[in-house]
Amino acid sequence: MPELSEARPDGGSNGTALKIDCDVHPGVPTVEALMPYMDDYWVDEFRNRQIDGLEIATYPPNAPLSCRPDWRRDGERPGADRDQLSDVVLDTFGSDIAICNPVYGGLVALSEQMAAVLCRATNCWIAEQWLDRDPRLRSSIVVPAQNPILAAEEIERCAADARFVQIMLLVANELLLGRQYYWPIYEAAQKHGLPICIHAGSMYRYPTTPSGWPSHYLQDYAATPQLFTAQMQNLMSEGALARFPGITFVLAESGISWLPPYMWRASRTWKGVRGEVPWIKRAPSAEVRDRFRVTLQPFDVTDDHDRIEKLVEQIGGEHMLLFSSDFPHWQFDGDDPVPSAMPEHLVRKMRTDNPLSIYTRLREDK
Amino acid sequence: MVQSERRLKRGRQGEFVSKHVVARVEDIGPGERRVVTVRNRPIVIFNLDGEFFGLLNRCPHQAASLSQGIQAGFAIAEVPGTERCIRRGEFIRCPWHGWEYDIRTGQSWCDPESILVRRFKVERVPGSELVKGPFVAETVEVSTDEEYIYVEA
Ligand code: FES
Repeated sequence: MPELSEARPDGGSNGTALKIDCDVHPGVPTVEALMPYMDDYWVDEFRNRQIDGLEIATYPPNAPLSCRPDWRRDGERPGADRDQLSDVVLDTFGSDIAICNPVYGGLVALSEQMAAVLCRATNCWIAEQWLDRDPRLRSSIVVPAQNPILAAEEIERCAADARFVQIMLLVANELLLGRQYYWPIYEAAQKHGLPICIHAGSMYRYPTTPSGWPSHYLQDYAATPQLFTAQMQNLMSEGALARFPGITFVLAESGISWLPPYMWRASRTWKGVRGEVPWIKRAPSAEVRDRFRVTLQPFDVTDDHDRIEKLVEQIGGEHMLLFSSDFPHWQFDGDDPVPSAMPEHLVRKMRTDNPLSIYTRLREDK
Repeated sequence: MVQSERRLKRGRQGEFVSKHVVARVEDIGPGERRVVTVRNRPIVIFNLDGEFFGLLNRCPHQAASLSQGIQAGFAIAEVPGTERCIRRGEFIRCPWHGWEYDIRTGQSWCDPESILVRRFKVERVPGSELVKGPFVAETVEVSTDEEYIYVEA
């Protein structure tokens, strides 16, 4: 097993607290780059069928949001340059560790087998081309949720490598994520103590809003909180949280400001219909506080110190936020992903304490 | 009509209470309930297998009459597929928004410490005792060979 970074919770490379970026996106340049990690049949298939351009539809490479203008490189996929990612995310933003979330076609392919092949190749590629080359990087395991049994097998395979620190799923799949259909994934996650990261992005099996297709990218992206709401509610209601008490769920690129109204409404409704879901034994707002975390960017809250304090209090407290730059997505300008009005005590929490409390693998001494 | 002197004593919250005869035991059968008014307060009396309990007939949420709600057991489960009903008939669900109250304690299930219905002590007493007082029986004819229910309010 490869050596872990020198960086330690008790002191990062510069002697201060270890700082962790919980959501960055390396770009898979071409399907060709993944071919060394596929068997011959699939290499030929991708070539014969001339399949490429497997970025997911949620993040079209040329959409403004998919890459900040000053990070774009001519002829390259957003985030494909490893040195650039390390320079920006680690050196400029001042993080000691960054967790890679490679959002790529394996997560959405219609064929279960192709999905599994692509996810497996993506994980191998990340390990060899990124983690091996920069010891400050970690990764999520990408899995084919299209086939939870294959997904669980991929988790088993990758979990042996401690640089894989969580499992990533998209927020919109073929079924709601609490369904027992997906439980093999959670079984494996719990067994290995891995958080589940639910990341913005859709398989596009259904319209991107619950009542039909919108016309514009703006609507897709801005309506994303509805999907996160549905997944949180479903994970609770179908009993997945109760059945897998060891799993923490990370909402990545979800935004934050939508959480309080959802928590309030869910708790209020639950009081009257509790008997439907007796495995939910405390108010949904308490479940959220205990079982979910959210990444920082896109930070969709006003730049006002007091309002940020208030919001964080409403979503359950300072343990809820995980620092993320969401590189190379265009969520902010300048060299600091932390909004200037962010209270100092929250910065320390979100950059160090909160990630370390859920990513146990970042604490492990090797 | 019982002629009894209204001797007041202090109740749970320090206020003066007296014992009011409100019904004959056989008027409220097991599993049944009845609303009575005592000192201007609506109180719903429940018979749980021969034990009587009284709650203020007003939901602490938005004041619906609890007596209009469904009386049921309590659903429990660890995960889907393990659902069970316990303490059948010992909870009253508010007819308006479904909050559940434990008839024995008045506590809401969702927030037992801060959301609870005011409880009144309800006891059975033989008619032969009743005539000795101190009871108030404004609405019930009392005879010595029957059993009665009184509320402390
Ligand atoms: S009035 Fe009783 S639950 Fe709302």
